[in-house]
Amino acid sequence: MTKLSTLVGVDVGGTFTDLAFFDEKTRAFRTAKVPSNRGDEAVGFIEGLKRLDAIANLGAIVHGTTVGTNALLERKGAKIGIITTPGFRDTLEMRRRDRPNTWGLWGDFEPIASREFRLEVPERTLADGTIRVAVQKADIEAACAKLIAMGAEALAIGFINAYANPANERAALEAARAVWPNAHVSASHELLPEIREFERTSTIALNAYLQPVVASYLGKLEDALAGDGFAGSFHIVQSNGGVMSTANARKFPVRTALSGPAAGVIAAAAIGRAAGYEDIVTADLGGTSFDVSLVAGGEAALAAQTTIDFGMVVRTPMIEITTIGAGGGSIAHVDKGGLLAVGPESAGSRPGPVAYAQGNTRPTLTDANIVLGRINAEKPIGGKLARLDVEAARAAIDAHIGEPLGLSPEAAAEAIIRVANAKMAGAIRLVSIERGHDPTKFTAVPFGGGGALHVGALIKDVGLKSALVPRYPGITSALGCIIADIRHDEVATVNLMLDGLDAASLAARMAETGEKARAIVAAASLQVERIDVVFELDMHYQGQTHTVGVPLPVTLEAGKVSLSEAVVRAAFETAYAKAFSRLLPGIPVKIVNLRTAAIGRRPAFDLAALAPAADASIETAARGYRKVWFDGGWHEAAIYDRLALPIDAKITGPAILEQADATIVLDPGLGARVDRFGNLIVERL
Amino acid sequence: MTTPTLDPVTFAILTGRLEQIADEMDATLYRSAFNPIIAEARDACHGLYHATTGATLVQGQRGLPIFVGAMAFAVKSVIDKVGPDGAEDGDTFIFNDPYAGGTHLNDFRLVRPLMRGGKLFAWLASVGHWLDIGGNVPGGYNPQAVESFQEGVLIPPVKLFRKGVIQQDIVDILQANTRVPRSNWGDLNGQLNALDLGEKRFHALIDEYGDGVVEAALEAASARAEALMRANIAALPDGVYSFEDYLDNDGIVDEKLTIALDLTIAGETMVLDFSRSSPACKGPVNIAKSTAVAACYVALKHVFTEVPANAGCLRPITFEISETSFLGVSAPRPVAGYTETILRMIGVVFGALAKADPSRATAAPFGTINALSVAGHRSNGERWVLFSFFGGGLGGNPASDGLNHANNPISTATMPPAEILEASYPVMFTEWGLRPESAGAGAHRGGFGAVYALEVLSEGGADVSLLGERGRYAPFGVAGGAPGALNLFHWETDDGLKSPAMASKVTGVKLTQGQEIRLQSPGGGGWGDARTRAPEAVARDVVRGLLSPETARQDYAVIVDASGLVDTKATAALRAGEAA
Repeated sequence: MTKLSTLVGVDVGGTFTDLAFFDEKTRAFRTAKVPSNRGDEAVGFIEGLKRLDAIANLGAIVHGTTVGTNALLERKGAKIGIITTPGFRDTLEMRRRDRPNTWGLWGDFEPIASREFRLEVPERTLADGTIRVAVQKADIEAACAKLIAMGAEALAIGFINAYANPANERAALEAARAVWPNAHVSASHELLPEIREFERTSTIALNAYLQPVVASYLGKLEDALAGDGFAGSFHIVQSNGGVMSTANARKFPVRTALSGPAAGVIAAAAIGRAAGYEDIVTADLGGTSFDVSLVAGGEAALAAQTTIDFGMVVRTPMIEITTIGAGGGSIAHVDKGGLLAVGPESAGSRPGPVAYAQGNTRPTLTDANIVLGRINAEKPIGGKLARLDVEAARAAIDAHIGEPLGLSPEAAAEAIIRVANAKMAGAIRLVSIERGHDPTKFTAVPFGGGGALHVGALIKDVGLKSALVPRYPGITSALGCIIADIRHDEVATVNLMLDGLDAASLAARMAETGEKARAIVAAASLQVERIDVVFELDMHYQGQTHTVGVPLPVTLEAGKVSLSEAVVRAAFETAYAKAFSRLLPGIPVKIVNLRTAAIGRRPAFDLAALAPAADASIETAARGYRKVWFDGGWHEAAIYDRLALPIDAKITGPAILEQADATIVLDPGLGARVDRFGNLIVERL
Repeated sequence: MTTPTLDPVTFAILTGRLEQIADEMDATLYRSAFNPIIAEARDACHGLYHATTGATLVQGQRGLPIFVGAMAFAVKSVIDKVGPDGAEDGDTFIFNDPYAGGTHLNDFRLVRPLMRGGKLFAWLASVGHWLDIGGNVPGGYNPQAVESFQEGVLIPPVKLFRKGVIQQDIVDILQANTRVPRSNWGDLNGQLNALDLGEKRFHALIDEYGDGVVEAALEAASARAEALMRANIAALPDGVYSFEDYLDNDGIVDEKLTIALDLTIAGETMVLDFSRSSPACKGPVNIAKSTAVAACYVALKHVFTEVPANAGCLRPITFEISETSFLGVSAPRPVAGYTETILRMIGVVFGALAKADPSRATAAPFGTINALSVAGHRSNGERWVLFSFFGGGLGGNPASDGLNHANNPISTATMPPAEILEASYPVMFTEWGLRPESAGAGAHRGGFGAVYALEVLSEGGADVSLLGERGRYAPFGVAGGAPGALNLFHWETDDGLKSPAMASKVTGVKLTQGQEIRLQSPGGGGWGDARTRAPEAVARDVVRGLLSPETARQDYAVIVDASGLVDTKATAALRAGEAA
């Protein structure tokens, strides 16, 4: 029997599927980890659910997925057709006239839709919204017939200036839907009525590219769930960190591009908030990359767009995640000029580090951690390998780094770690200092398996206040699925001058968009405490092309928004002064875009459900000592079973805390304590 | 001062952190600039320069490549003017003198001393392309200038700030000498934002590591760049490699201009001798010697990509550039079209290096910026100026076909979207796409150029001027590859289509409402023998409508129909016959 109060978060990763179960009534919390089945993710998904409860009993499932991300990165989306304005067939391929690298002129670009799949139909809208040539139904039907005959599985319609007036796109959409054999038809104004044809076309094209893939994936999952009697609701985490219905995910799958990582950031933010840390930097160290994200005042920063790969731009609001090429598998080398570098080349997870003995002979960051005793060679994370080959790792470091630089293998390993730490520190500076935040007020929250290895060093390098290691770093994303609010974003180009602003008319437009977004959130069948509608304007001084995001201190109340020119001006000047050192009095100010978000706030998740058992003690958690290298020498480091530590336990570095899916390195000079949620708080002594 | 020891790890860390600050300065200006040539096209650069020599110490990774080479000369001109002790805390110099380490008048440099404990530690500098600085043609690209006075106003290095106080008189002079005072004022503030930020960040970093350690790291970075460059040169076979290419004309005199290079490799040193090049010319395609050196730097950096961007990499290289040639001019020779000349120089360096090392041979990129200005008045009398640069194809190379519709090697510019241009100016683009048949044939063909066509919507019509190149000398192929297509420009008149007498340079074209202009940019040159290109790859371009079956037959010896079906047998026979 379905228990409405039960909720499962499911994060399907490349290697493992992590699940987190919570019963809102009994406050029962359980986790499960099962191998992922690449290509048939439903198998692991269902298997994991069954470990938690009978599927028919579950009230809701929220899923963070990488199926969209992978299809984009591996170029495994559908065959798509594009219908566009005369003269603009090549928008996707013209890009913004960029090139892959600043230095070096090699490399070319294949757009996701080959040129013969991009058709022009007579139509034209001018920049002021005037329809110069109306689109004809027959032309759309003919274009569709041609594309269908060529085997197109999804269709994207993108007309010039559709942001200013979508009438032609709407007419084309209606005509196309009538003849297209499936539901995979979308138009640019539906997803992104914002100026800039390349970004809009790229976004809608990538959306079409993902539609059949994501629809088939969700279909398989839904069939499997139905087969097991699931009668609850099923939601997907979006890149903006909010959840949406599967119906919306099918329509706008491009909004799932960063689904999994976004869920992790949301969970880290919630864990931080509960523990009293509103300003955090999340740090996720994977095999090939290090992802950081900034959460200030409890709110994750959103970016307006991201580039998946050269020429593949997705412009929808998404959690701002900065990625650098420094992961556990990153290869260390000394270049011709004698400089030690780590990455961007990576051995990934296959063949992986030298110590995995799967064929790689060049030393990686993980090898350095193994050689210095930080990673337990006898108990590798994930449980796939029996033990790690420390000697092979040491020999590789000696040959590739130690000898060229005249360092001992241990000193060379430490150098690798310091250079990698510096790169990670650079990424943290990038998201904090560069955005005007003071890193000394921030707490690092590592998640995933590797982040906690380096978190102590990051505190020292960047000058962070502290670090908070969640009790279960490996399931942070699954936890985020449970915690995430429901969210819907809308953007529209408005192009209004601030001087003499018709505030009432803008307010009416905001109210209308706000109501629409609120209705979408209200329709999702997940319990919410309230729905907030927030507004932000993209503004600039007239003549600038970039804008600053200006959050407005107004909200939607009883279907109305109240707004004045003065309120908007004050908000603009605050935001501009924060971004740059100089205001420019006397230059007219322009409002370019209106951004609206409706957020259905979920009931607060009580993280105390994760707390250690009352009978835990430091003594039972202690696992003896091991030699670990820090700051130029070997130290006897205490080893602990992290999950067996009680609340308020205090540990002094050097120490290593181990758990099934993560290793925490506590450098000398750092201390750690367990808070009431089971988090580990690391600070300078 | 004792030299602190610099361990390899601290060096690696500081290298990254110093670059990050310069990157951040770049980003600050892009985001706060007014004119799209900085904000979108990133025609700007920031860095840290040596206190006494002006040599480049650190530069951002995203800065306009040509400035990376030129900025050292600009800082040096400030040092030369004020002497070793002439700068005080809070001073900021401003200038655009193209003969004193400049490029052309639009590029405004701001140079500020970074003082540590009352002593000069290094210089911070910012350069950005301002939209208009007076002169005969809006935007400055006057293809008919014979003196720099017709290109705009020239500002020598002067103090814009004295001890932190802005000299409003100078601002007033600048504002009075431009058609777009607001835009320039916005860009100036953007550059000041970047300098403020850089100053703050560098101080914090030096405080953290100590002056001596940072100084040692900067010196080590230069030494490393030098070592890498020497290693790269040493790997090339000794010898003299000559290459030449041409500019259509100077816009005034319709005669070709030659850029001839004799490149000598001797051990780990290189000589770039341009002595055989044409003498100074009347029109605006001259360049100053500092600009010429910067162009060579850009070319080398595109080939030896791993060499860091600092002055060390130029130490093993000698330049022979005559002051009587059009590559080493002084005031008041016109230089507004400098981009065309340096693009050709870069191609010539690629061409010579291709002979020295075929494994790195890169065919010529499209090689012109096509500076197009379309200007008029709105019905309310307000003036509008659409000014932009346009893209083309890159050259085929050992790794891949050339990139379609790319920016020039001297920049990392992105192009404003058509919708932004249509929203800002009374024009409508009727075409904005790839240009079929424009890529140089080759085993790896060049990238395709582009077609841009626009119709004037404003009642009062518009005046058009263009400064472009490659109208007569196409982007060359290498290793047996064929050249790309020539640059073409047409405008509509009541008597049909017209094109410029000087190939790609024209001013004073009058359009009435509803008339069109059409610019077709060159594709890149091809790499390798086109007859060895995979027939499927040729067929793919045919299916895509980028290559006709006739051209496929003629250039690639592939028999393919319009649907992309290859006649394998006939192709093999044709190719065998041609080889025989």
